[in-house]
Amino acid sequence: MSEKGIPQRMSGNEAVAEAIRQINPDVMPAFPITPSTEIPQFVSSMISNGQIDTEFIPVESEHSSMSAAIGSEAAGARTLTATSSCGLAFMWEVLYVAASNRLPIMLELVNRALSGPININAEHSDSMGARDSGWLQIYAENNQEAYDNTLQAYRIAEHPDVKLPIMVCQDGFITSHAVENITLLPDEPVKAFVGQYEPEHYLLKEDESMAVGPYAISPYCMEAKRAQAQGMLNAKKVILEVAEEFEKLSGRKYGFYEGYQLEDAELAIVAIGSVCGTIKDAIDKLRDQGKKVGLLKVRVFRPFPGEEFAAALKNCKAVAILDRSEGYNAVGGPLGAEITAAMYRAKCTAQTVDIIYGLSGRDVKVSDVERVYDKLGKLAQGEDVFGAYPYLGLRSADASDCV
Amino acid sequence: MALSANKIDEHVVWQDVTEGLQMHEPATSKGFMTGQWRTNTPVWIKEKCKQCLLCVPYCPDSCILAKDNKRQEFDYDHCKGCGICVKACPFGAIEMKEGQ
Repeated sequence: MSEKGIPQRMSGNEAVAEAIRQINPDVMPAFPITPSTEIPQFVSSMISNGQIDTEFIPVESEHSSMSAAIGSEAAGARTLTATSSCGLAFMWEVLYVAASNRLPIMLELVNRALSGPININAEHSDSMGARDSGWLQIYAENNQEAYDNTLQAYRIAEHPDVKLPIMVCQDGFITSHAVENITLLPDEPVKAFVGQYEPEHYLLKEDESMAVGPYAISPYCMEAKRAQAQGMLNAKKVILEVAEEFEKLSGRKYGFYEGYQLEDAELAIVAIGSVCGTIKDAIDKLRDQGKKVGLLKVRVFRPFPGEEFAAALKNCKAVAILDRSEGYNAVGGPLGAEITAAMYRAKCTAQTVDIIYGLSGRDVKVSDVERVYDKLGKLAQGEDVFGAYPYLGLRSADASDCV
Repeated sequence: MALSANKIDEHVVWQDVTEGLQMHEPATSKGFMTGQWRTNTPVWIKEKCKQCLLCVPYCPDSCILAKDNKRQEFDYDHCKGCGICVKACPFGAIEMKEGQ
């Protein structure tokens, strides 16, 4: 099916704001932080211009924006917020409250490095730190995916079998501020696709008393947490159903991951976000030279579709997992840990290496990716070419540190 | 299938608890036996009681109920044994006893 819609040029932040305009959510509490600041800024302008009737709540911190979002969502209002980096870190306590109370809030996360050194550029340490908070996490490679993921987010989060908050993630500046071509959808079909928010229980429901977030003693907490985990398990099916319906609307196909030249690939890279565009360029170049290289671009990280990822990598001889955040665990990054665990369970025999890249906005060039594939080829032959703790593009006195 | 809060006890399986342990009905605290927390117990000495009803509003847990302008026996299911009623009684008609 061909792509449908209206051609435009937009940054990732503009694209997300356009999706929000089309959704017209009920409430948006937010506090500005680079590089996500433009999102509440654009939404405020839309409200002032009468384009939407969202209630904007200016707050004094991100702890407050997430707390206000929890109150608003529990009251029965479709709610969203936006943040980055330290803003997300400041929400930490209440992220868990949002998830455990099963409140399908949407958070537009523009990924940025956590301090320190203090830095405002792209890194996944913010969302990766929140990976166990009970939020769904979906990542975009570019502005189009940030827009499309935003349109699908409420359908996934609010589904009765899921009822969990959702982070829609894109890379700070690289995606959020770079202007690219994009295909928008007309308002009416978008509104019909997203639909109205009609929760069964909510605080402002006239004929029902309700308590949200009660204290629970030990004999009940494990059962509550297991019930919450079921929402995450159920999300896999819902994500695919929503993607299928979205494809009918847009002509654009989504799943847990995008495989690029992956089917017959002997050497594969697994990565998240904007770097995947660069990797695809490198693949095109290397495929012209007859090299069987491919990419698994992770779209959905929470829930973690480990079985599906491992199945897609099963015929590879060597796999490099790129992590845009330090694990500081003396082993590697979080994506590397989870992908290799999934491959082990699926009895994959491919060699693997976890490579840290792009921290704090460090640029990744096509030549960097070519170097990874070149070394992966040697790893597939059994050569120990990667050091114990490799960084891509690192300056080091010890060559075994870097790729 | 999620049960109502009053039907959830320590034998209920995870499939039957409500999302986030939310409660969708009022007055569920009636089912919470806070009387089990009690270490000392107030005892009403009926012959000393003048039915002034001063103890009734003093009780922070509404465990002394009045009917036809007369106080009734303690609600020991919910009385935590704080002893405020003992202090409030001008006639020494409530005494604290050790234990449940």
